[in-house]
Amino acid sequence: MNTKEKYDLADLAIERALKSGAQQASVNIYENRSNNIEIRDQKIDNLKESNRNSLSIDLYVDKKYSSHSTNRLKKEDILKFVDDAVAATKYLAEDEFRSLPDPELYYRGGGPDLKTFDPAVDGIDAKTKIDLANKALNEAYKKDDRIISVSSYYSDNISNQVMATSNGFRGDSQNTGVYLTVSVSVKSNTGRPSDYWDENAIFLDKLKTDGIGQKALDRVLKKIDPRKIESGKYQVIVENRVAGRLAYPLYDALSGSSIYQKQSFLIGKAGKPIASPLFSVYDDPFIVSGQGSRLFDGEGFAAIRRPIIEKGILREYFIDNYYGKKLGMKPTSGSSSNSVITPGTRTLEEMIRSVKKGVLITGFIGGNNNGSTGDFSYGIEGFLIEDGNLGHPVNEMNITGNMTKFWFSLAELGSDVQENSSLKIPSLMFENVDLSGI
Amino acid sequence: MSIKRREFIKISGLTAAGTIIIPQFLQSCTGKPLSDNAGSYMNHFEVNQELLHKVISAAMEKGADYADLFFEHTLDNYSALEDGKVNSAYSNIAYGVGIRVIKGEQTGYAYSENVSPDAMLKAARTAANIADGSSSVSPVRVNEYLAPNFYPVKQSWENTVIKDKIPYIQRMNDNIFAADKRVTKVNAVLGDSTSYILFFNSEGRLVWDYRPMVMMYGMCIMEQNGQIENFFVGRSNRMGSEFLTNDLVDEMSAEVVKKTAMLFTAGKPKAGEMEVVMAPGESGILLHEAIGHAFEADFNRKNLSIFSDKMGKKVAEDFVRIADDGTLPGRRGSINIDDEGNPTQKTIIVDKGILTSYMHDRISSKYYKVEPTGNGRRQDFRNIPIPRMRSTYMENGPHKRDEIIASVKNGVYVENFSNGEVNIGQGDFTFFVKFGYLIEDGKLTKPIKDFNIIGNGPQALSDIVMVADDMLIDGGVWTCGKNGQGAPNSMGIPTVKIRKLTVGGVNV
Repeated sequence: MNTKEKYDLADLAIERALKSGAQQASVNIYENRSNNIEIRDQKIDNLKESNRNSLSIDLYVDKKYSSHSTNRLKKEDILKFVDDAVAATKYLAEDEFRSLPDPELYYRGGGPDLKTFDPAVDGIDAKTKIDLANKALNEAYKKDDRIISVSSYYSDNISNQVMATSNGFRGDSQNTGVYLTVSVSVKSNTGRPSDYWDENAIFLDKLKTDGIGQKALDRVLKKIDPRKIESGKYQVIVENRVAGRLAYPLYDALSGSSIYQKQSFLIGKAGKPIASPLFSVYDDPFIVSGQGSRLFDGEGFAAIRRPIIEKGILREYFIDNYYGKKLGMKPTSGSSSNSVITPGTRTLEEMIRSVKKGVLITGFIGGNNNGSTGDFSYGIEGFLIEDGNLGHPVNEMNITGNMTKFWFSLAELGSDVQENSSLKIPSLMFENVDLSGI
Repeated sequence: MSIKRREFIKISGLTAAGTIIIPQFLQSCTGKPLSDNAGSYMNHFEVNQELLHKVISAAMEKGADYADLFFEHTLDNYSALEDGKVNSAYSNIAYGVGIRVIKGEQTGYAYSENVSPDAMLKAARTAANIADGSSSVSPVRVNEYLAPNFYPVKQSWENTVIKDKIPYIQRMNDNIFAADKRVTKVNAVLGDSTSYILFFNSEGRLVWDYRPMVMMYGMCIMEQNGQIENFFVGRSNRMGSEFLTNDLVDEMSAEVVKKTAMLFTAGKPKAGEMEVVMAPGESGILLHEAIGHAFEADFNRKNLSIFSDKMGKKVAEDFVRIADDGTLPGRRGSINIDDEGNPTQKTIIVDKGILTSYMHDRISSKYYKVEPTGNGRRQDFRNIPIPRMRSTYMENGPHKRDEIIASVKNGVYVENFSNGEVNIGQGDFTFFVKFGYLIEDGKLTKPIKDFNIIGNGPQALSDIVMVADDMLIDGGVWTCGKNGQGAPNSMGIPTVKIRKLTVGGVNV
């Protein structure tokens, strides 16, 4: 289906919904094509091609709400599907807060080209893809006697979506992505550690294809035969590529649904300090070729750049249409776009050099956070830091704390912002962190 | 092809609604001879034997060893309660066919959401590219395999209208609010899913399966003096709507209220290594994370697992016996056939402390030259089957629960969990404890909550020093993630003691 055909189908579904008894409806039609190639030890392990379509419809029928999706997109199927879905909705209880957003908040067109789509991705031939994966793999393959296995993964995807609502929103967007990853496993006295490196880009010609296998190999060789250290309070640095693990509980706690359902430790904190004054976060949908860039969100709200946390003070939540009404709060957007964390000035290496005794965390394993209380505990791996130098690798330890206090112990942010991610986060240094080991 | 397309697709929205059109074949599922069922499934997916052969031939035209077709039609429904009313519902229809081609250990995969001959042949030719020769395949005789049924359905979800579901969800809410004045929020959800599966491969095997699934959960929030606590209780089975009983809802709501209330006085354990006693039931997460994944044969075939060189070796005490079992009646982790058309079974993975079997998919069972164990599973028709657990549990041992607890001077007793993870190669595994108790001088004392436990798989397995005789299969909503695919699981264990694990706590 091309974009016009998608709009036509969306209009057909909306028209049918209104005719069947709905007062309002919103339709999203999504299409995704992707290719995946995995090469293991220079041999293709698997090739996979995906072509996925879906239509979803949100219905507002006599103050009752339901949402339905299907991958059967023939017109006659959709008409029947919508009839049934409207009939289904009538059995539910009324909910006065269910209605489409105020059209004043909708994106009205005319936004800039955010460059989230590369037409060249569609034309990449199979040989090019396999060559990219092989090249990345060969940087590590047989480069060390301890290697057990080297795998590389190429994938790409091309997606587009059309959204229309019965109260006037119309919007479409398209995205591409290319991804290249190498994973290396080695044998050691204590196990078979593995590590990986990955790169991704929206535009094929922006994809960094050098150094992926080399970086994966370097990382795994450094972490051979790890051991845990004594439990205690340590200075901790969290490497940029995994630092998001500690930030995600903040995003969960900032969402309207969490606040309404009392599963947020940030209820009533707007305008108050929730983190160290070093910590500032902006939601910026307009970064050219940003992974999270968009002109409108999943409900049609026009994108805006806004502060979330400024110098440790909570400025704004992520409030969607429904929970905005329930909470009596102004809807912003229920989801983040690009989250930009203001970086510091020193590199990761410089920060490590400043630590007398501490731990560099390079990976998390398991663990969780209690949304209501902010109590968290995660498994970690990384390296001991002694007198400014990286010591032996550590593993099988936990980091434990409470989110309402933990972010005040943020002592420094690195200059090394993670670029190829919608969460643009640098390495982070924290003081006085509870680690459990021996 | 002149088979009339049935109206099966209509049941989708209607399942959430009050009216129902039961497809013809469903009625035939309940008693008519098997060949009728196979015919109904083929009609349902608009294929006949000739077309199945044609698609398989296209899949193998470049000289593959093997090909299979996995047809799936799944209907999911969720009904949700918030603010005391069942006021939202969600449904999803997924329909399509996955086409897999194998050459040696290599796999080509494509799927189509459209079962027209042209669309299937196109997908088959895409998947065929994993091989690079040429061959023509002559059709083999269709050989239907009749699987036993480990989840007979008394009342199908297609035949259960939302009006009949709402009272149970409502009862959960009303029970919880009535039980304790501190309750301020309740969320309750009932989700049901029905899948029709038709499988055909290049060896001529034809299998069909009808897979029901239900999950229900209640989330309770209580507030006291500004402190907010939450707890969650869920149940899931492969059952029809006979799952819904007042007794079940009453049991779940009583449990969630009791546990939430106890959290107000719960604290944190001390950080560091200590003895850990695991309560029966949910603690089966230990087996899933510490050893289960590392026993999945793909990791071992690729030499990536810390257990890759441990087959036939002693890995635990003599009294440790562990199974991965697809045959437990009505359990979330049960399957009649795996997603490669193989029969399910009870696979003993550790017997008398010795590692006796990995969990295999087709590729690994060929690689190890063993019979398939029925562990080849996939999230849906869009995904490649890989070895996955089903219901993983430890059988009873020689000790008693009381003597196990009495044997611990300083440790923790853990009862409820939210999630876990494992690093296959180095063997690190974790599970997150939602609720437990300190053990002091052989007695359960202060409640504890929200901490991670981490250990090393082979070490923890050999450190299981006591196993009680109170094995319990947990009925919770466990979904395991691997290679981006989710799979429903069950787990179980008797009370066990582990010599030491690292407990994520506070340093005082």
